[in-house]
Amino acid sequence: MGVMDQVELPKPVKYVFNWGRKYSLWCFNFGLACCAIEFIAASTSRHDFIRHGVIPFAHGPRQADLLVVSGTLTDKMAPAVKRLYEEMPEPKYVISFGSCANCGGPYWDSYSVTKGVDQIIPVDVYVPGCPPRPEALLDGIIALQDMIQKESLKERIAGRRLDPITLGADEPLPSDSSPALPSGGRAP
Amino acid sequence: MSDLSTRERVHPGSAPGEDFHLEIVGDGDFQTADMKLSIGPAHPATHGVFRIVLEMDGERVTGARPVIGYMHRGFEKLAEHRDYRQIKALVNRHDWLSGFSNELGVALAVERMMEMEVPDRAQWIRMLLAEWNRILNHLMFIGSYAIELGAITPMFYAFREREDIQHLLESATGGRLHFTYNQVGGLKIDLPKGFLRQSTELSALIRKRVPDYHDLVLGNDIFQARTVGVGPLPPEVALSLGVTGPTLHATGVPEDSRVTEPYLKYGEIDVDVPVGENGDSFDRFYCLLARISASLDIIDQIHDHLPAGPVNTKLPKMVKAPEGATYLRTENPLGQLGYWLESDGGRTPWRLKMRTPSFSNVQAIPYLLEGVLVPDAIAVLGSVFFVVGDIDR
Ligand code: SF4
Repeated sequence: MGVMDQVELPKPVKYVFNWGRKYSLWCFNFGLACCAIEFIAASTSRHDFIRHGVIPFAHGPRQADLLVVSGTLTDKMAPAVKRLYEEMPEPKYVISFGSCANCGGPYWDSYSVTKGVDQIIPVDVYVPGCPPRPEALLDGIIALQDMIQKESLKERIAGRRLDPITLGADEPLPSDSSPALPSGGRAP
Repeated sequence: MSDLSTRERVHPGSAPGEDFHLEIVGDGDFQTADMKLSIGPAHPATHGVFRIVLEMDGERVTGARPVIGYMHRGFEKLAEHRDYRQIKALVNRHDWLSGFSNELGVALAVERMMEMEVPDRAQWIRMLLAEWNRILNHLMFIGSYAIELGAITPMFYAFREREDIQHLLESATGGRLHFTYNQVGGLKIDLPKGFLRQSTELSALIRKRVPDYHDLVLGNDIFQARTVGVGPLPPEVALSLGVTGPTLHATGVPEDSRVTEPYLKYGEIDVDVPVGENGDSFDRFYCLLARISASLDIIDQIHDHLPAGPVNTKLPKMVKAPEGATYLRTENPLGQLGYWLESDGGRTPWRLKMRTPSFSNVQAIPYLLEGVLVPDAIAVLGSVFFVVGDIDR
């Protein structure tokens, strides 16, 4: 990123810069289980998250800004997820899609399932549901875009992140760009 | 190390219409090194976290070894810790494209152990939804197989249909993927008002759209060039490996437990099982597509038969299967699904063993991949329809 990780941009430049970043998220889908089907449904014609500026055709983690982990993470799979995450260039974002990726979901007492992807990589937005509806993913994307708009790139590259967002928690989404969905919310 | 001049192994039909011919350069001292190529667990061509290790001699695959277990979630063990009502919320997730058919199998097994009479209406509705679920599943594979061969458009068509069907099923069950609509002894609730009308309309609509897939995918020259004669599976091999479902039907064997061992009310209606001839990738795909029309026929028959009446039976406070064991098989979208349910009379099963169709179908992959070229390996891999969660459980 060159100078970006050393200087704090002036406010108007930062605004424009972040605005550009949030609407061109190249997304790498880590489709693990059932939730991946709902992810695909969200990317096809009826829900179509490309209109929110998320492009699901990243050729691999090295070309991606956003990692969507959708589905059950098992202990055998965990090293691969960690490695792919580390291959992504900064600044990178992670959406944990579905109960399994959040906390283990229906397999909370299984011997082979990792209880949440946040045990191995940092997560920015949690989308709950088993499986979450495609609309929930759209909501999660919008919440993430709000977060990107607010943050400072310098801090982000230095590894300081804003608090993760959990959809459906507490107060409604305070955003002008988000649709009025009853489930929107933000963690304290 | 392998010596080119001594290589005799030629896979029949690896190029359409003719055997592969390799011209030998040099006098036989020319040596090539075998290479191992690991595809997966995160690779777009293996849809899901399936991993396969190919041994290659140049472009040609000389051996293939599937490595499974990346999606092992311990269903069989977890089922021993869930009571009979909770199990169905667990089992509809192992093959996530056929949630309804999975939970149906468990419900039927428990009912058989408890010697329970299920109301007629519930049985017909179960069939109706199971057939819709079958179409949902097949549409997904039609879209994803086309993507693996390089065509993105069919996916959008397939999901247009899938969204319509999911909308219909959601109106009855409340779920888009995992329905949890079956109960021991019947169904959760009756169908909502207007469901049958919608279902009839949708079946007519999809029937009208099926020819699009024939034109768009099956009739496509590129699709045919990539699949005709690629990865033929002889019926004897398929049967000895335990392959079932469309992959078996493509070899010409019409084994389908809806016909050979009818459960629910399948004995009272006509069930058509489309079969192929050569068992190659093209035939496998053809069977999948033809099964959509066959399922639509069944759905239309069910609409005419659906009786009135209750949809569930009164259950005791604690559902307990009596001591004993049973094996129940149903025809899942991808093949034969069997549940071996053993109970010691307690609240939870003592053992629930699953015989999942995908697990048996992938046994054919090492056979199919031997001798094919790498681009064909992708065409073969995609045409042995499997769901990774169904392999690993
Ligand atoms: S959260 Fe539910 S739907 Fe998603 S992967 Fe886990 S079990 Fe499947």
